[in-house]
Amino acid sequence: MLLVNEEPLEWHDGMTVRDVLCARNYRFPMLIIHVNDALILKKDYDTTTIPDGAVVKVIHLISGG
Amino acid sequence: MSQLVFDPSKVMDIDYTKRTEYLEGLEAIKAAHMVLKEITYTPSLPDRGYNNRTLYVNVDSLEVTEKPVTQQMKDVFIGGRGFGLYHLWNAVRPTTRWNDPENEIVISPGPVCGMTQYAGTGKSLVVSLSPQTDIPIDCNVGGFFGPLLKFSGFDALELQGKSNKDIILFIDGVKGIIRLEEAPTDPVDSHVLGEVLTHMYAENEADLPNISVVSTGAAAEHSLIGMLNFSFYDRRRKCVRFKQAGRGGIGTVFRNKRIRALVIRGPKVAGDLNHPADPETIAKTGIKFHKEIRENDPHQCMMRRNGTAHIVEIMDAYDLLPVHNFQYGSHPDVHKIDSSYWQQRCTQLTVDGCWYGCSMACAKGADGLVLKTGPYKGHMVTVDGPEYENTAGLGSNCGVFDPDYLLELNFYCDTYGICTITYGTLTAFIMECFQRGILNKERTGGLEMAWGNAEADLEMMHQMARGEGFGRIAGLGVKKMKEHFIKNGWGDPQLINDIGMENKGLEYSQYMSKESLAQQGGYALTNKGPQHDEAWLIFMDMVNKQLPTFEDKAEALYYFPLFRTWFGLNGFCKLPWNDVVPANNSSQPEAHKVPEHVQNYVDLFSATTGIKITKEDLIMQSARVYNFQRVFNIRMGKGLRLHDAAPYRSLGPVTREEYESRAERYDKQIVDEMSLDPTGKSSAEKMALHREWRTKRFSMLMDAVYTRRGWTLDGVPTLERLKELGLDAFPEVVEVVKQHLS
Repeated sequence: MLLVNEEPLEWHDGMTVRDVLCARNYRFPMLIIHVNDALILKKDYDTTTIPDGAVVKVIHLISGG
Repeated sequence: MSQLVFDPSKVMDIDYTKRTEYLEGLEAIKAAHMVLKEITYTPSLPDRGYNNRTLYVNVDSLEVTEKPVTQQMKDVFIGGRGFGLYHLWNAVRPTTRWNDPENEIVISPGPVCGMTQYAGTGKSLVVSLSPQTDIPIDCNVGGFFGPLLKFSGFDALELQGKSNKDIILFIDGVKGIIRLEEAPTDPVDSHVLGEVLTHMYAENEADLPNISVVSTGAAAEHSLIGMLNFSFYDRRRKCVRFKQAGRGGIGTVFRNKRIRALVIRGPKVAGDLNHPADPETIAKTGIKFHKEIRENDPHQCMMRRNGTAHIVEIMDAYDLLPVHNFQYGSHPDVHKIDSSYWQQRCTQLTVDGCWYGCSMACAKGADGLVLKTGPYKGHMVTVDGPEYENTAGLGSNCGVFDPDYLLELNFYCDTYGICTITYGTLTAFIMECFQRGILNKERTGGLEMAWGNAEADLEMMHQMARGEGFGRIAGLGVKKMKEHFIKNGWGDPQLINDIGMENKGLEYSQYMSKESLAQQGGYALTNKGPQHDEAWLIFMDMVNKQLPTFEDKAEALYYFPLFRTWFGLNGFCKLPWNDVVPANNSSQPEAHKVPEHVQNYVDLFSATTGIKITKEDLIMQSARVYNFQRVFNIRMGKGLRLHDAAPYRSLGPVTREEYESRAERYDKQIVDEMSLDPTGKSSAEKMALHREWRTKRFSMLMDAVYTRRGWTLDGVPTLERLKELGLDAFPEVVEVVKQHLS
């Protein structure tokens, strides 16, 4: 199980950052993502796998208005 | 998850130079103009962002005078919204209402406005007493009028008095002429009037971009929700386009004064007209930012291609797009009006801005629309937009998912002088009242105001423009409609009050705030009413969970309203702040504030005025004006805790179907947040639990926010806070506050 923005998300083997975004339908283009406090760059979303039990923070920049 | 990519091959094959012409009667209209007064003055250009004088015009007595800008005005009020509030305070009394002669419309560009080296620097601020709220309203507007006013020699324009005939104020900032003209036969609606006046006052074709017209339309004469159009000449389309000072009914004040239009003719714009103290820093900062937009925008928000409409599908994905009067946050038909459609429909492939040098260039034009209804039926027109707010307000919130009808609603709002945000929210309210039997065809004069009925929607708008039928009632706005419906006994008063989305008399803009307590405050704990330009905190609060405590939310509701107020003091657009970010922003501390851009603004202000400031000074500059405005509201009999109350629809689910549509979420909140078991409880019982919990949380948020802002729990700035801000130098301000501190 992962904790994504303080909400649980079921984990699976080989789960990438991109998979987390898809599972949560996080479509906003300007995100800052940390996995266990490590910053993940946008170019690495497809290749960075996430370990079970990780804490994932997906910060959406404000935009809007 | 797919990244939206622009495909130019899908753009509709429409000739963007083709549209219905309106210049045939120009000579006759011009011949009917009669000069009422003409004076000469010495044009000037600003020095370090200021001309150090403002222009006062009384449209009744025809007094035209210059006023000095004092050092105290610059130190305390900076410019823009600050100058507007300062002049308005001095013009009115606590008993003044919007339609009294002493009410003013003040337009002020701010010291940075007009700079061409950085993006988003063409804004001016419009301030007046609002017909909807009875307190000051402020609108941040693009178009060329503000910058050209400044380059004609004035840091603000005050309009006071009420004329007994339709008039035009013409300022020739090249020849040094100010003229008031009677305009008995001019067209009424903006898309015609703007074209006619631009060509009438330009000396030749090359002069067209140096003209800007401020106007409104027919609906401003018959409603309280009139807005102002600020024109700019589009050289490529060879037509006049508009940006809007929309909120709060300033267009209504404009027509109440019998002003038909303001016309300015400024000098040809060049990069050095603002005469900044440090042009090198401005150039360097601008070049860095333009490079950032060019490199990053295609991978971020695609503002250059899509404008603000890029967030239509995003708001839908996060359950934040208002649907059916803010009942729901998404809809399966949104793909018909999202940015993938507007990419095809906005026909000009080049980027498109509303002021020189704006590389963000988010203004978009939809050409070749042939109107189906109204007085311009059959005409081919260009519609500016649709921006996010128009798509959400006129579209999803009313269940209108036909893009051509949406464009037609947008067009008529603009030319009639109607605020699109206000119209969207009030129409959504009417449609829900129709759904729930509060209204019916008998009460609407035959209009079938069902969800998605764009034809009835348009007919109501045409009625508003004619001052007839139910359209006239709609034009009173949500607050007065609620009172009208309740007085007539047309429905349950609590339900009507719950679903009427207004605060302080102003309609909500187009975001769902139910699941973000901070955004509930971002809307309701505002100076002018629920407009998103003070604080947009939904992602930080609801999605990112960055604001877990009341104190965290209060801190955000301290910082962001002040930070964003600053744009309006200086003549900036908000969008370049955070609709694109530097490539390394994610590794910066407080990345959500976009620290490199904050520093850009600090540098631009310092380099323009020669006054070195820090990012902390920036917040203090805003805090002075923000608190002054709060005291102004109190002076006008509002501005207290009770006036910050929010309609329950903005806080939580009002109806059973609303609750049951998101039952899993709401039931979970009963368990997690209230430590109760929803099992076996009816929807009505669970809704009651939510109402108690959500209302209490909102009240606790008010306490936290007021405390952080240095206000009493009744929402009154304390004397200590006024002293910190230097506002104790104004005895009248202190006196207002003292009356509420005993």
